[in-house]
Parts: sequence; structure tokens; C-alpha cells
Amino acid sequence: MTDKIPVTVLTGYLGAGKTTLLNRILSEPHGKKYAVIVNEFGEIGIDNELIVNADEEVFEMNNGCICCTVRGDLVRIIDGLMRRKGKFDAIIVETTGLADPAPVAQTFFMDEAVGAKTKLDAVVTVADAKWLKDRLKDAPEAKNQIAFADVILINKTDLVSPEDLRELEARIRAINPYARVHRTERANIALAEVLGRNAFDLDRILDIEPAFLAAEEAHVHEHKHDHEHGHSHGNGLKHYHDEDMQSISIQTDKPLNPDKFFPWVQDLVATEGQNILRSKGILSFKDDPERFVFQGVHMILDGDHQRPWSSNEKRESRLVLIGRNLSEEKIRQGFEDCVA
Amino acid sequence: MTDTGTPTVSLTDRVRPVEAGAPVVGVHFLKRTPVFVLGEEVLLFAPEDGERRVAIHEGAILASVSEATRIITGGDDGRLIATEASGEHREIAVDDKRRWIDQVALGPDGTVAWSAGKTAFARSKKGELRTFEAPSTVAGLAFAPKGFRLAIAHYNGATLWFPNAVGASPQKFEWKGSHLGITISPDGKFIVTTMQESALHGWRISDAQHMRMSGYSARVRSLSWTAGGQFLATSGSEQLILWPFDGKDGPMRRQPKMLATSKARVTVVACHPHQPVVAVGYADGVVRLVRIDDGALILARSADEVPVSALGWDAEGRLLAFGIESGEAGVLPL
Repeated sequence: MTDKIPVTVLTGYLGAGKTTLLNRILSEPHGKKYAVIVNEFGEIGIDNELIVNADEEVFEMNNGCICCTVRGDLVRIIDGLMRRKGKFDAIIVETTGLADPAPVAQTFFMDEAVGAKTKLDAVVTVADAKWLKDRLKDAPEAKNQIAFADVILINKTDLVSPEDLRELEARIRAINPYARVHRTERANIALAEVLGRNAFDLDRILDIEPAFLAAEEAHVHEHKHDHEHGHSHGNGLKHYHDEDMQSISIQTDKPLNPDKFFPWVQDLVATEGQNILRSKGILSFKDDPERFVFQGVHMILDGDHQRPWSSNEKRESRLVLIGRNLSEEKIRQGFEDCVA
Repeated sequence: MTDTGTPTVSLTDRVRPVEAGAPVVGVHFLKRTPVFVLGEEVLLFAPEDGERRVAIHEGAILASVSEATRIITGGDDGRLIATEASGEHREIAVDDKRRWIDQVALGPDGTVAWSAGKTAFARSKKGELRTFEAPSTVAGLAFAPKGFRLAIAHYNGATLWFPNAVGASPQKFEWKGSHLGITISPDGKFIVTTMQESALHGWRISDAQHMRMSGYSARVRSLSWTAGGQFLATSGSEQLILWPFDGKDGPMRRQPKMLATSKARVTVVACHPHQPVVAVGYADGVVRLVRIDDGALILARSADEVPVSALGWDAEGRLLAFGIESGEAGVLPL
């Protein structure tokens, strides 16, 4: 079925402003109906008959493999919600402040019934401009939420100085250079920037260049000026390295041998999957006229031939990983050994 | 597309079509009247002499069970409703926090059990309400064939609860992982759960001996015992899987019977109440009757690529009703 219901996952550490964003989404006159799955402590100020209170139940599968966890409550709730299909256009899942986004995302890949009816749209993380810096030091959950995100809102920007804001942004970029970053006050943002992103759609893995935020004033919430700066860090952003969370980007213009690449990448996620939060790739295989694209969450990989390479397109392969304590040298070498 | 391999007898032209108009999530018979449970609000009574829709819930209908004279449903409105053949219905319980009632079960003597969140509720014959707090959300609920005993599926195992034995501790059956559906064999000897993984797990109640039943291509969502309890029929694979439960060891160290192979996955199974025959619904919309002894097939509905979502027999086994996710339904007299 093609009419899968999009699901947006809303994360963020305690007090960052998730509920404010949720209330904004529900109250704006967008003409859409959202089914909202909130954690039991959530306080939503909007009347909506499609609000479901959930106990976050993270269940291990396959006898305790830590990478194969799903949100048991989501499996059940989505099955129940789909009985009312037609009553809503999209689903929003708000997680608790201490939640790891991975089990939520994995649920969409690991549960066939959930995956058949719904699709993950994006992981949106709300960050507290004043406190995130401290939380990145003492709360691994907060760092996970930043590393995992497709969209990051640096919220409450009115509470910090421009210098502090730039520094925080540089720290966020050091962890996750691929997310779209927006600066907001009271989670004020155009909904199109957080909903309908198609971040997990294989067909949309077109551009995995790092995105950089233009230096804009905090109260301006039109962020259409993302510049691509390759590997140089523009806009005067300081260059940080997070101690344990990194991103690795590898590319080659030599075609790859699929018989080498697939065993290598499968072995990589089997052994390092616990440390790899997200992975994405666009691949050019030898004697293969089509682009192969894939994405992954921890140990789960999802990939497919996307479309033929066009004649004016540079045939190159790119692999991007975000994770903890990754051995960049080893991964680089492993990737290069896959050249045909 | 269903690949039958051998020519199949077709009874599709004998089906009386029913236009449900909304996803069918369950089907029951009150005597000879087929009643379709729709995804939201409504029970559709579909006797031959005229259809009738009865709105019983204010939202989604999450679970339904039936006996000869009534259907019990749980809804996302937090209500438990009993509906009779006349269409009369009444609220028999309401969750005080309006949580979803997503599991319901009927006991052999008409006692009712249900769950909301981690709490299982059972009302004894005398009308006393008993509760049990499971370690995680109750994902499956089933009565034992005899006595006032309930099997509860949850994370990391199942629990056998005796609601009237106040003070007695429930019997625990442990196995790592998320257990979803649950059933007790008709002889009362085995508990079987469906798991988040594409597998079943089982325990012999007497000694908690484990049984693992795996090899499925998807999560098993439908279970049905054959008449007499010789086999447990299951969905979740591209054929009908029948696990043997006729000996004292059940399916331990034994292979299942595999019948009615198709390219499409089996989504629903319903065993004939008296004969060794199973109605099988597939993800491509096909419904077939399968004779267990020789694997002979009869086609009851042709493919249209929309999954079959409900199957049910009347008590005599003369009528088979089916429902499809798209809102089509039908009744086949045999």
C-alpha cells in the first residue's frame, strides 16, 4: 500500500520545549488532523480526541540483543489507531525526556505490521539553548537525541547570548552535521520544517552533505539559507570535536564491488551496531547502472536500488555514519577495500 | 497471487456479499446471524433478511469475543460493551481512566475478563471484580477451558492467574521477549503465546517445559485450535501451519503440518468447529478451506490484493463469514 501514514518522532531532554512544540503543531490552522501518542507525563493543552497516553515500553527482541529493541506500546497503539484510519493524516510520537529515539525508529523497521501501515517521517529533537551544553556532558540520553535527529530546534534562544548560541550550535554540529538546525523561541517554527520531512524515505536520500545553519537572528524563523560548506566550517563556527560521539563521512569515485561491500557493511553493523546510531549511503556499484541507497539505525539496514544514474551525474559512493567511539581509520580502510 | 498448484474447487459464486464499508476487524455469529465488527464504532448485523448497523463504541473497537448469545467488545473509549442478537447493548465496565480496553476474553461459563494498560480485570460469576497487575502491559488474555483461570501474556513471559484464589500467587512462565497473543490448549495442558519475533512460545503447564515454534516469515497474529484440539492452526507464513498437540509432549521435537501454500502470507485462520477443516485468509484477499487430512482446497474468495482481516464460523459449522481490510465482507453457506 502506498498511502502509509507518516509518523514524526518528537524528542528532547526534560524541559526543552517538546510539549510547547506539540501544542503549536496541534493549534495551528493547518487543516490537518494528527493522532498524538504522548508519554503519560505529557501535558497537552489542546483538545484532541486522538491523543493516546502511552507507557514507554522498550522491549528487547531476539533474546536480549540490545540493538533489537522496539517500543512495545507503539506496536499496540498503532494497530489500534489504524482502525480509525481516515480520521487523521499523520501521527506524532512524543517521547519522554530521557528516551533513546532508537527503539522508536527501530519499531518501524522491525515490526512488519507497523511498517506496512505507517512510515517514519523524521526524528525531531528540541534542545534547550541554555542547558543543552551541560546535558551533553552529563546526560548520554541528550547526546543520543542530538545524534539521532533529522531536525534539531535550538529552543529558548532568547535566554542566551549570541556567542553562547554559536558555541552550542558548533557543539551540536560536532555531533551531528547532517540534521537541519533551526533556532527558535517558544518552539516557534514553520510546521513544514518539522513535519513531512521524509527523512527516512530512501528516495529522499539525495543529499547527505552536511547542512549548516546560516547565522541568523534567533527570532527569525525562516531558515531557507542553509549553505553547503563541504568540510570547511563556515560562518565563523568554531570547530569542536565531541569526545565520544562523531560522524564519519567517506566517499570514493571508484565503483564498489557489491560482493565485498554488503558483507563488509553487514559485518560492520553486526559488530559495531550498538555504537552506530544512524547510517546512510549512496552507492555506485561496478557494472550497475542504478544508484543504490541505504539507511540504517543501529544494526538494522534498509536499502534498495533507487534509480539509474543520470548521464550528467558524478558516479560516486558516499557513506555517512553517526556514532559513538567509532574507529574511523578502520572503517575508512574497510570501505576502501570494497572498491571493485 | 495464490498459487494452488492443483486445480481448486471454487465456491466463490455461492458467497453472499456484504458491503461493510469500513475495515472489518472481527466477525462473530450470534446463532446463525453473522455480525461483523468494524474498525470504528459499529457492529454490522448481516442476516439474510436485511442488514443492520449498531453503533456501540465512540471510537475504535480494539477487541471482540463472543458466545452463542452475545458479543463482548473493548474500545478506545475505555468501555466494555455486551451486545445481544437483538442489537441491544449495554456497558458492562468502563475504565476509570478511560484507557483503551484492548484485550477481552470470555470464560467457559460466560465470565468476562478484560485489560487496560498493565491491569487485567475479571468479573466472577457472583459479580465480584478481581484485578491483577501485570509486570508490563497486558498484551494477551485467554481463559482456560475449565475453571476460573486466566492466562496473561506480557513482556518476558506469561502468567496463569486464578482470580478467585485471593492470596495465592499466580503461576509464572518465563521466557525473554515480548509475548503478544495467548491461548490455552483445549485439554488445558499447554499455554502458547505469539511473540514480537516471528515465533510462538509455549509451556507445558504441569512442568513449565518450554516449546519454541519458529520459522515464520512474519509475526503470528491469528491462532485457532482445530476441533478436539489436535492441532493449533496459525497465520504468519506463506502456508497454513498446524502444530500437533495430540500427545503429552505437544509439538516438542515434532514438525508442524504445512498446507495450502501460497505466494501470499496467511493473515487469519479459523478452524471449523467440528470437522478437521480450517478456513484460511491470505494477504492477497484469498480465502480457502483446507482439509487437514489430505490438504484438499476449496476456494471461497478470489484474490484482489487486499488482506483478509477476519474469519469466523457459526457454531454448527455451516456458515463461514469473512471480512477484508478494504471493507468488503461475505458469508458462505456450506
